[in-house]
Amino acid sequence: MNSSQLLGITTFTYLAASVLYIAILIFKARKMGIIATLVTIAGLLFQTAGITMRWVESYRMGFGHAPLSNMYESLVVFAWAIVVFYLFLEVKFKNRMLGAFAVPFAFLSMAYASFAKEITQQISPLVPALQSNWLIAHVCTCFIGYAAFAVACGMGILYLLKARHEERAVGKEGILDSLPDLKIIDDIIYKTIVFGFLWLSTGIITGAVWANSAWGTYWSWDPKETWSLITWFVYASALHARFVRGWAGKRIAWLAIIGFFSVIFTYYGVNFLLSGLHSYGSR
Amino acid sequence: MKKQKNILVQFFSSIQLSLFTFFVLAIASIVGTIIEQNKDAAYYVDRFGPQIAKLFEILDISNMYNSWWFLSLLVLLSINLIVCTFDRLPKVWHMVVMDNLDTPVERLEKMGERQTFLVANAPDEAADIAGGILGRFGASKRRATEGGGMLLFSQKGAWTRLGVYVVHFSVLVIFVGAIIGSIYGHKGGVTIPEGASASQIYEFNTDRPIPLGFQVRCDRFELSYYDNGMPKEYRSDLTVLKDGKAVAKKSIVVNDPLQYGGFTFYQANYEALNELMVHVESEKSGAKETFLVAPREQAKWPEEKISFGIINIEGGGRGADYRYKVWFEDSAGEPFTFWLPSSQVGKIERPSGTYTISLKRRFVTGLQVAKDPGVWWVYVGCGAMLLGLLVAFFLSHRRVWVYISREGEATRVLLCGSANKNRLGFEKDFAALVDQFQQNDRLTPMKETL
Repeated sequence: MNSSQLLGITTFTYLAASVLYIAILIFKARKMGIIATLVTIAGLLFQTAGITMRWVESYRMGFGHAPLSNMYESLVVFAWAIVVFYLFLEVKFKNRMLGAFAVPFAFLSMAYASFAKEITQQISPLVPALQSNWLIAHVCTCFIGYAAFAVACGMGILYLLKARHEERAVGKEGILDSLPDLKIIDDIIYKTIVFGFLWLSTGIITGAVWANSAWGTYWSWDPKETWSLITWFVYASALHARFVRGWAGKRIAWLAIIGFFSVIFTYYGVNFLLSGLHSYGSR
Repeated sequence: MKKQKNILVQFFSSIQLSLFTFFVLAIASIVGTIIEQNKDAAYYVDRFGPQIAKLFEILDISNMYNSWWFLSLLVLLSINLIVCTFDRLPKVWHMVVMDNLDTPVERLEKMGERQTFLVANAPDEAADIAGGILGRFGASKRRATEGGGMLLFSQKGAWTRLGVYVVHFSVLVIFVGAIIGSIYGHKGGVTIPEGASASQIYEFNTDRPIPLGFQVRCDRFELSYYDNGMPKEYRSDLTVLKDGKAVAKKSIVVNDPLQYGGFTFYQANYEALNELMVHVESEKSGAKETFLVAPREQAKWPEEKISFGIINIEGGGRGADYRYKVWFEDSAGEPFTFWLPSSQVGKIERPSGTYTISLKRRFVTGLQVAKDPGVWWVYVGCGAMLLGLLVAFFLSHRRVWVYISREGEATRVLLCGSANKNRLGFEKDFAALVDQFQQNDRLTPMKETL
């Protein structure tokens, strides 16, 4: 089996996992949760195999490099990181109901990578600018951060839905009852943002060091750099507001969602809408 | 007077100011990514009309990130950081070094995490045992309190309270590095044809020449392609010359620059010249020579009595090799021509002797040159920021007290503690401590109370 078949199977496995997570939430089928988890783990295994195969295939083509060099490969890694991060949360907080707000992000990322016309799946060699050991460090750190922010956004949506539900239907039973307490969701959002912020900072720094070793400038206000800094400001504001002003609940949930929009723009919007040095990702 | 100062300090140390600055910096940065930077005046007039272009000029929008107002925002952020640090650090420092054995007993009785044991041991003995258990948590201290009691204290990670200030300080260190770079550093470029050398570079934007104090020679430039036509490598063989002597040599590619004398030379671009470098060796005399020859021009090597030229060039599409038609003449016999692909060595056997000939297109290598004495400040700042973030987010200051007093016939042992962060994690730590007290076989329990 080759990498593109494996990654194709991954896409459908994540679709199945998303449907299952949403189904167990709606039908309150807590006991079925294990199936959703197992399907997700299966997807993760297919995907890990697919990424590894793609890496191997690039060596067979004579120019081996880590599969982190274009939009397609980054979307795959993004999905992978979301699933790994989500499974970690599931184990840590022992709640499968969160999956409905995290795994669909991984599916969307894979689906977009696989079906969008403007994205080529071809394995191509690295242009000179990308031939650096910093490639792996920079891309991995950024995408661990992005994945955490995606999950934080999912949890933010979850928080707002549950909060609204609790305000409107006091005492009534509802779909969202099986979700963790608002306090716990708030704690997850906060911790996830902290985790993402640390990786985003590392990603920006590895990018700066790389830029300095390739061009002699660690910071040139290129749109990608600037947008990563804007994203950093958004999350830095969220953390300060929480540490110093004690912001929690809906406000932090909203910031998690706004922050993720900034992430999406940094990651995706800049490549397609703005011009700059960082154009490798758009092909 | 004093009150006025307080207002200023209050303003400059406020979180509202930080959040405001973050917000304005973010919005301003967005503007800079939407409006293209560093274009000439005509571009902005063309795109946005003369009136808006005028406004852009006043606000320095074309070079926004270096404009007075954007830099002022960064200064404001720095002042905010400094004032807030001076405002809060003394209190935090007090928390780090404070004598926790002074803590009033009433406060201990109200701590979030606490557990009481009644034991039959004498107070001194109970204190010794408690000291032993606390010693495993962190170094422990004890002191007799008023009213005949005994207080023991142990802590972990008091210094972690400083983590957030390390992060704040690191931002300032990065700014200092950026300022050093902009004052004492240079960013420029130079183009060097193969075989030639340069002793100065030209600063970006101003084109001002900056002397290097040494020479850089480009011995060779080579580019290669993948099979699919994508560029694979741009390589310049550089030699550094000081007083005519070679002192350093390096083949540079993108991502692997040459460093010498505080300057770093980066492979940036290249240009092909309409000129060929022809390398000829004579087997008989052992002489070798490289000639610069333009197409359809005759080159002479008088010592060997030969002349040659390139009369035709073919190929050279993206990724494909050039092919050259060489014309050759020596003192003996008729001149003749042959095709020679680039990067191959041709052998010419003539009655007068045997010659080898190879040729390649002459290139100009484009180097980006940087001298930035501030870059290590920036790197140290970045490293400190990551360490500071780790400490600030993931480590906490955990404090544990044991208060021992007489209660009738029994000795009362109060174990209590608190942490400034990650309360959930501390709960587990505390439960483990409670366990150690309960399991200790030298402590003889009377009965347990809450």
